[in-house]
Amino acid sequence: MSTSSSTKSRFELTRDDKPIAIAALFIVVILIAGTIYTLSRYGSMPLLTPTYLIQQLQIGSYLGIIAAGMMLVILISQIDLSVPWTLAAGAMMATAVGGPWALPMALAVGLIVGVVNGFGVAVLRIPSMIFTLGVNAVMRGLMVAQTGGFAPQTKATDLMRFLAAERSFGIPHAIFVWILISIAMVILLKKTAFGRSIYAIGNKEAAAYLSGVPTKRVLFIAFILCSTLSSFAGLLLAGYSTKAYQGMGDAYVLPAIAAVVIGGTNILGGRGRYLGTIVGVILIVLLNSVLSIMEMPEAGRQIIYGAVIIAMLLVYGRGEKATS
Amino acid sequence: MDNVRASGSTIWFRQNTGFAVIVVLFFVVYALYHLAHPKGFSSQVFIQNSNEVFGLAMVAMAQTVPVLMGGLDLSVGAVMTLVDCLASHLLEGSGWSLFWGIIVCLLAGTAAGLFNGIIVVYGRIQPIIATLATGAIYIGLALFLRPIPGGKINEDLNWSFTNSLGDAAETIGIFDDGKAAWFSPFAGLPTAFLLLVIVAIVVWVPFRRSVTGRTVYAIGSAEGAAYMSGLNINRAKLAAFTMAGLFSGIGGIFMAIQTSSGNADMPMAGSYTLSSIASVVIGGTSLLGGSGSAIGSIFGTLILRVISFNFRIFDIPPLLQPLFEGIVLLAAVSLGALSILRVKNQLELFR
Repeated sequence: MSTSSSTKSRFELTRDDKPIAIAALFIVVILIAGTIYTLSRYGSMPLLTPTYLIQQLQIGSYLGIIAAGMMLVILISQIDLSVPWTLAAGAMMATAVGGPWALPMALAVGLIVGVVNGFGVAVLRIPSMIFTLGVNAVMRGLMVAQTGGFAPQTKATDLMRFLAAERSFGIPHAIFVWILISIAMVILLKKTAFGRSIYAIGNKEAAAYLSGVPTKRVLFIAFILCSTLSSFAGLLLAGYSTKAYQGMGDAYVLPAIAAVVIGGTNILGGRGRYLGTIVGVILIVLLNSVLSIMEMPEAGRQIIYGAVIIAMLLVYGRGEKATS
Repeated sequence: MDNVRASGSTIWFRQNTGFAVIVVLFFVVYALYHLAHPKGFSSQVFIQNSNEVFGLAMVAMAQTVPVLMGGLDLSVGAVMTLVDCLASHLLEGSGWSLFWGIIVCLLAGTAAGLFNGIIVVYGRIQPIIATLATGAIYIGLALFLRPIPGGKINEDLNWSFTNSLGDAAETIGIFDDGKAAWFSPFAGLPTAFLLLVIVAIVVWVPFRRSVTGRTVYAIGSAEGAAYMSGLNINRAKLAAFTMAGLFSGIGGIFMAIQTSSGNADMPMAGSYTLSSIASVVIGGTSLLGGSGSAIGSIFGTLILRVISFNFRIFDIPPLLQPLFEGIVLLAAVSLGALSILRVKNQLELFR
């Protein structure tokens, strides 16, 4: 891939960069449209203030962390539908044990779910779509049984508040966390054998296997990372809203998939850049926020949300016809 | 001749072992339910069970068709919700207005499915992500139609569809108000049960036997080969999503009739979509496409539902129900995966 891009002229976008550029352009369009609206309605430009943008980045950081994990799984042409209740379980178990063990507890929940998912997909070879769906149901059942179906009566620990809600120099710590995870993701995908194996498996798993890639191990690690990032995001979200509650993850799985796909990652795996996922997350968060500033009813928001995903994909996500 | 027929049924059994197991399993669990039921088997219980099964059975049939093609339709629950809300506006009157109302609702579901198909075929977007987006659009439309739950359904319609055939005949005033001698053996059957059988026989069976239906299976097995064989791929894909829309629409109409209202409930739409995938898989249809049937998905739905029926009978704390459902789903798919133990060549695992 890198050889083909170096032969092109400097300013021509590669196949993987085009979606990112278009999505970034669309972010600007959203901001301009929102600003025109607020200017004509209130005569002010709250959308362009640093406070607003930083706040959106903070909201985006939770989705961004989930989307990072989801991207790993989508790149190996799988999907993880167990994210919602992995997230909720991470948050609930963390707040339940509390104290210094909150963070290890959340990560342990993610690790266990990831190992189970990895076992189902890599060893039993069950389609991830259905296996992770089942794991999600089991996690939901475990949490409902554990909490008795009510919101758990526990509070976020100081560390969770520190990581998710507090600020230094006016910038929320959650954004720093997202940046750190993003740097790790870029290094992982670009500079390590594991990252290259992920792209190889996503393109053709059999070929990767025959080339000596330890496909089982890579599948396991990808699912473990995805689940761990989800439960970690759950910990942050519990810190942000000061408590964990039933169904707190339900609103995150589809936006996470949408963010990854809008950012140019092929839903069938094997192609996509991490930068795109960041842009996709920001796009979705901003779109949601601007629509709510416009006081758009839920009905209109859903329609615009769906239409934007389709429109973006019609521009650059078109697959190839089967002709042989 | 005898010999040929025997081998034919053996082949059928070998190809449909999963389906046969599911059917047997369902009847065993359902029998257990009736044995343990305080009132034993009665028409009332049968009617209640049928009403609880019908909606999900329709959505599961809807999901089956795109899955057979190797795709997935994440909008089936949304289409059902959309038609549910539409029906709560249109099915209030009586006589011909009811008839046209039902026709419009069916057309709306079909059109939503066709729209999915157009985006997948001509937009060339992966079905899973295209229907994720259109699902949001349909939920949005449903919310426009019913910002808050409400609406009303013709009471006779509600009564005849959610009770026994005898009650339905009496309400409509046919077969001597349902008391005709020849009719009495059927009078105790639930209307929803009959509807399910009719939809399966009138809609699914002809579709499966048509060239388009066979093409859907062929695409699921090997799209390239289907194309090279001169099959009309685009038409089959459009048809698959349109069928999904039609089935979801029928489910939505029934949902409206059953609840006598429309409700644009987003979590419910999502859970119906996910349960539809579970039903399809439990019913023996491969998520990779190419094998399975909508009849299997009906039995998948029956298994899912009959488990929750048993929860009510055996006094298992309802809090444990989601856990059990998840474990059953995982156990079902894991059992289906045991065939990989027989695989000798590792490469066969990567499909």
